[in-house]
Amino acid sequence: MVELAIRNSNASQDLPDPLEIPDLAPGAMAASKPFPASPDHQAAIGFPGELVDDWKERAIDKLGELVAGSRGLRVYLDSCVKCGACTDKCHYFLGSGDPNNMPVARQDLLRKVYRRYFTFAGKYFPWLVGAQELSEEVLDEWYSYFHQCSQCRRCSVYCPYGIDTAEVSMAAREIMDTVGKGQKYCNEIIGKVHKIGNNLGLQEKALKATLEDLEDDLEEETGLEIKLPVDVRGADILLVTPSADFFAEPHIDGLLGYAKVFHQMGESWTLSSHASEAANFGMFIGSEENMRKMAMRVRKAAEDLGVRRIIFGECGHAWRAAYSFMNTLVGPFDFLDQNYPIPQHICEYTHDLIEKGALTFDKSRNDHIRLTFHDSCNVARASRMGDRPGGQFEYPRAILRAVCNHFYDMPADTIREATVCCGGGGGLLTDELMDLRKKGAQPRMRALQHVAAEHGVTHMAAICAICKTQFAKVMPEYGFEMDAIVSIHQLVGNAIILDGQIMDDDAAPDDAPGAGGDEG
Amino acid sequence: MITAIFALLFYFAAAFLIAGLGLRVWQYAKTPAPLKIPTTPAPVTRTGVVLRMAREVTLFESLFKANKWIWLFGWVFHFALVLVLLRHLRYFTDPVWGWVVWMQPLGLYGGFAMVAGLLGLWLRRVVVARIRYISAPSDHLMLALIVAIGASGLLMRYVARTDIVALKAFFLGLFAFDWQPLPADPVLLVHLGLVAVLMIVFPISKLLHAPGVFFSPGRNQVDNPREKRYQAHWAAKPAAGRAKAGR
Ligand code: SF4
Ligand code: SF4
Repeated sequence: MVELAIRNSNASQDLPDPLEIPDLAPGAMAASKPFPASPDHQAAIGFPGELVDDWKERAIDKLGELVAGSRGLRVYLDSCVKCGACTDKCHYFLGSGDPNNMPVARQDLLRKVYRRYFTFAGKYFPWLVGAQELSEEVLDEWYSYFHQCSQCRRCSVYCPYGIDTAEVSMAAREIMDTVGKGQKYCNEIIGKVHKIGNNLGLQEKALKATLEDLEDDLEEETGLEIKLPVDVRGADILLVTPSADFFAEPHIDGLLGYAKVFHQMGESWTLSSHASEAANFGMFIGSEENMRKMAMRVRKAAEDLGVRRIIFGECGHAWRAAYSFMNTLVGPFDFLDQNYPIPQHICEYTHDLIEKGALTFDKSRNDHIRLTFHDSCNVARASRMGDRPGGQFEYPRAILRAVCNHFYDMPADTIREATVCCGGGGGLLTDELMDLRKKGAQPRMRALQHVAAEHGVTHMAAICAICKTQFAKVMPEYGFEMDAIVSIHQLVGNAIILDGQIMDDDAAPDDAPGAGGDEG
Repeated sequence: MITAIFALLFYFAAAFLIAGLGLRVWQYAKTPAPLKIPTTPAPVTRTGVVLRMAREVTLFESLFKANKWIWLFGWVFHFALVLVLLRHLRYFTDPVWGWVVWMQPLGLYGGFAMVAGLLGLWLRRVVVARIRYISAPSDHLMLALIVAIGASGLLMRYVARTDIVALKAFFLGLFAFDWQPLPADPVLLVHLGLVAVLMIVFPISKLLHAPGVFFSPGRNQVDNPREKRYQAHWAAKPAAGRAKAGR
């Protein structure tokens, strides 16, 4: 194993700085483009099937509409002073050196068009302020580079005006969708959620069969009848989780972890076949309408099943969409029990139980693991857990420390609010973008190599389906095993002591290798 | 003749600055912010947000996290600019307030610090490849403009002194709409002319970052979407195109 080799060399100082700034390599990533959405995918989510004839007019109109409808976008496009503070903050720039992946340069791709058509200086002195007419080349640049932004918001932390390139990317993608230039991966998935209820397109029947199989596995492992209930009317808790949790390693082990905690607490809970997806890719394409439609499925499931609480499973952007947007989009949730946060994160749920001393763990069951934690972007920089700012950093770590003896954080400039993206977020988790994904993962992988060298870290936990899938794919590129990425609740599930469980002390906890699906 | 030109120029520049900024602020204020998008961790109370914003505009907190050089030059420039502006109050007030008299030397240090900070920023814009890449001609011109204003100001203090009694009479006369002759020193005219240009450029350039920062949802929103349903302007989203966004 490469980690061991690095460890033996005993010189994490010799490892490259995770945030090392590359030389500029103009055009290095110009050819990186996702597959275009087919006319069917486009139509299914309300966009024209192919590039419309008057696309230029319509794109400019749409830009005007978006700017008039979003204070953030307007202020962001006006306020940048080109100070350069953000230029070395994007993992795609750090990994590729392509200057268009510097956040400000990415914004400028849209800003130059905004200036040309909507500002005095850009209308009359375009050369002076770098304004440019919308052309086919510009549209191509948009398609390429706005699909090289994982909307991770790292740049927004460092900008003196909080300019958020994620918002700019969302706007650009919405403009492109509006003129018929959509991206296949996101748009196809959104269509599946509208039609079937989850990103994987897993039908109700298949979902139920899968869950039954998993219940058998749980019984085999623990000797207990631990349930994975679906569509149980009158249950207390509705669990909404990314569909990868039903289907792909290492996600499944997280789901089994949730189930064990619920079981131990004697909780009445259920999944929903109607809202069998926590992900909300409407956010990635900046489409409020699609986002609302998908959030509505969760609300409807909660109403139909008559639950009192909604808990979200481990997912990054899904938690942002749920935490920040759901109440606005499809609230108010006055039919739920107001004594609990609406919605609640599974980590908040488990953390509170640990705080109360309601769960007991045998931490030694995770002793084969030396762990670190990857803060997922959308959890870190676009949401919260608990009552206090920054709870999103403390809760997961507190859980991990409660269930695992060996925990070490990665270098401080790569975690918490400074966390570097996995490289696959924001709707880029698709095979044709693998080169980009590998490059974008570089800062995180180098940070991991540091703790592997210094502390012998073997595994990294994450609370995001996209992160988990991405890491399972790219970790081997950087000398780690693909199963070195784990769910928080997988570790909880390993260590939790269940009442009445027949313990086979020899049995090693489950961390079987497996391949992730690509449907975060 | 020169007096009349400069008097009219300053009336125009002041009107353009105030109207332009007012319009822009009004536009920012009335543009809906449809969703909660503070960059977290963010304050969970209004007071917390006020403090965050205060740290942002007085200490440049985010910039400090980002890059110590840009922070140093940028902060020195802005802080020195404040001192310089306060020092200039003596040309517009009669009698001059005690503390303005007291801080005159500070204002002078400010003048040097301001130019030094600007030159530092400019140097980085030329030398650091990343920043050179993102710079448009206007970014260099803006620095040139402010450096020239600072340099001409310092020149008048130390080399080509001007009749500041007459200058003050000119400005007080402007306020009273009773024009007094402006000293025709070339350095003064350059200084004043560039200031007027700056005033005019302000509301149509990146200098909009000054009002913009206060309207940035990433910085000015309270992080409480679960506790309090956020609905600001939700229903009132305008659906117009180009016309409404136009300047
Ligand atoms: S949001 Fe993230 S991916 Fe996008 S430009 Fe900023 S740092 Fe890069
Ligand atoms: S940090 Fe903000 S103001 Fe500075 S260049 Fe980047 S986006 Fe522009």
